[in-house]
Amino acid sequence: MSVLAERLSGKQVVICAGSGGVGKTTTSAAIAMGLAASGKRVAVVTIDPARRLADALGLGELGNDPAPVDLARFADAGVEITGELWAMTLDPKQTFDELIERLSPDQRTRDEILSNRIYQQLSGAVAGSQEFTAVAKLYDLHASGSFDVLVLDTPPSRNALDFLDAPDRLTSFFEGRALKVLLAPTGLAARVVGRGTGVVFGVLQRLTGADLLEDLSVFFRALGGLVDGFRERAEGVKRLLVDPATTFVIVTSPEREPVEEAIFFAGKLREAKMQFGGLVVNRVHMLGEPGEKLPDPTLVAAELAPQLGESLAAKVARTYGEALGIATRDVAAIEWLREETGEQDPIVVPELDRDVHDVAGLVAIHAHLFSTR
Amino acid sequence: MSAPATKGKVRGKRSGSSRAKAPRSLFDHELLVVTGKGGVGKTTIAAALGVAAARRGLRTIVVEVAARDDVTRALGVEDSRRDREVELAFGVHHTSIDPDDALREYLTDQFPAPLAELLSASRTFGYLAAATPGLREMLTIGKVWELAQQTRRRDRDKPYDLVILDAPATGHGLAILTAPRTFALAARLGRIERHAAIIGELVSDPRRTAVVAVARPEELPVNETLALERRLEDEVGLQLALAVANRVTPNRFSAPDARALQELAPSVVALAARRRHARARAQRAQVARLRRGLDCPVVSLHDLLHPAIDAHAIRSLAGELGRVL
Repeated sequence: MSVLAERLSGKQVVICAGSGGVGKTTTSAAIAMGLAASGKRVAVVTIDPARRLADALGLGELGNDPAPVDLARFADAGVEITGELWAMTLDPKQTFDELIERLSPDQRTRDEILSNRIYQQLSGAVAGSQEFTAVAKLYDLHASGSFDVLVLDTPPSRNALDFLDAPDRLTSFFEGRALKVLLAPTGLAARVVGRGTGVVFGVLQRLTGADLLEDLSVFFRALGGLVDGFRERAEGVKRLLVDPATTFVIVTSPEREPVEEAIFFAGKLREAKMQFGGLVVNRVHMLGEPGEKLPDPTLVAAELAPQLGESLAAKVARTYGEALGIATRDVAAIEWLREETGEQDPIVVPELDRDVHDVAGLVAIHAHLFSTR
Repeated sequence: MSAPATKGKVRGKRSGSSRAKAPRSLFDHELLVVTGKGGVGKTTIAAALGVAAARRGLRTIVVEVAARDDVTRALGVEDSRRDREVELAFGVHHTSIDPDDALREYLTDQFPAPLAELLSASRTFGYLAAATPGLREMLTIGKVWELAQQTRRRDRDKPYDLVILDAPATGHGLAILTAPRTFALAARLGRIERHAAIIGELVSDPRRTAVVAVARPEELPVNETLALERRLEDEVGLQLALAVANRVTPNRFSAPDARALQELAPSVVALAARRRHARARAQRAQVARLRRGLDCPVVSLHDLLHPAIDAHAIRSLAGELGRVL
């Protein structure tokens, strides 16, 4: 059994985290594929996949729920999927709307929130809503019991931690004084309606105009009815994140910044007592087999000159020297990751010569991820 | 075309034709917004543009958002405190904007001191500010606007000729540019609405603000850059001023070279050379896609193969950018 298969065995939720641009989406899809090939019913929740990857998974514009992936494509590429593979692309706005619908005590509250201008901007454009809706969707899918394993690709972010904090931020918002202040009989909402005269309120009105304040007060009053539901939800999400059946796979490339982010994130996972299920290092430049004695770059030019001519031999030697330098640097980066994260078996995926945004690319990545070597 | 000829060359889709919209150099703008997908080298390019501008005698500041200090670190300065404008190497200045500090500064500017203090300390105000959609983005771009003013809020702050914003990854970077408009819509009256409109004038005026997109020569970043150009036009009313294809592998081998490489017996050396050639070709195709798909000039910067971006690397990139801009 491969390191990854062993680590993921028995897990119900696999969350792929890491900084942007390291191949998180592709890795998530390939992990889902591998688990489905082992007979599991798997759904992968992606966020903003590349167009051709989306096509490869059969992800159209439709819906905010997992749709079955056409398994024939994988069979054609040589991977037999004995379980089920479902995929979806997260629509943050729609996920938020669905949540409001579900938690609203009545039709009126629901409509009041959904049509509120503050809500419309809050749910769509604001940074952080992707993180929150991603975990909310994960929670729903998990509760539905329709899948053995869920694989979640996390939103592109320079700070993967936003994701871990999302439920906490929400809980503290609802438990904090903000709502209490706003919803109290003498609170802001009441004052807006009563045209109160407090200093803070007066200043706010001068700053923003009364319209914005009214929208805000309507929004918060309507939201007041959802407080318990939201709190329960946020607590449920938090429990799910620390559940022993949930695990995080940290994805990185061997470059400095993603590596630093990966190390930082591994530390935070440990602090938060969440499971660290594995470390995937993508796009590693490899030269030769491990332990292979490689030619000395300073001797290469002279060796090749008779066959290639001096000029080309020199170019080839220079190219080889550079490749060796990068490969050496990548080995050092992996060693650094090992030391700092305590992960002794990082899963190394080499930089592939081919494009990875299609079925064949997924199959190639999958072969490296689940390699038994 | 041989590799060295492509080095640092600028070519627009309509190269040679007169470009009525860009009569001036990139550095003649008041604000440059550097954006792109995560991990493409946005911060490096922002810093290199800053160094290139400073070399032309422009008093330049590079601005980071949300308490990152990548620029100071790359330029070898460790103790840059946020909310301070510090001079780094090569005459470039740097600051990091924190929305909370920006709010405090805005209040101090707008109200008599006791009232500003009362507001800063007010929990109700703090909660409302945190809950108001787009306010953080608005405060951030508001501070950027302030940095670009010839008369600064505080007497001790000197004006800059050029402000370079190292924007967050694309989606969110755009949110910063659209914030004034979004906000003006939400607050239809009041002082903030007027300020939002003034800031909106700066960020949507192509003569004053230019957006620079950074992309790696790979499929995803190129796609995102093509999408960015359209969204910029639709949502902000700006055109992309420049795209930087970053870390491009130069094409080292000619077609006869490549044939000779195919003849080599299998070895790590031959493999390294063939891979390099394949990568250079694939990247060239992606840079060509950028050039075909964009209306703006595209600069191609070679991969420096530096293990970490340091002052030396930034100086060298600034040199390349300076030659072509």
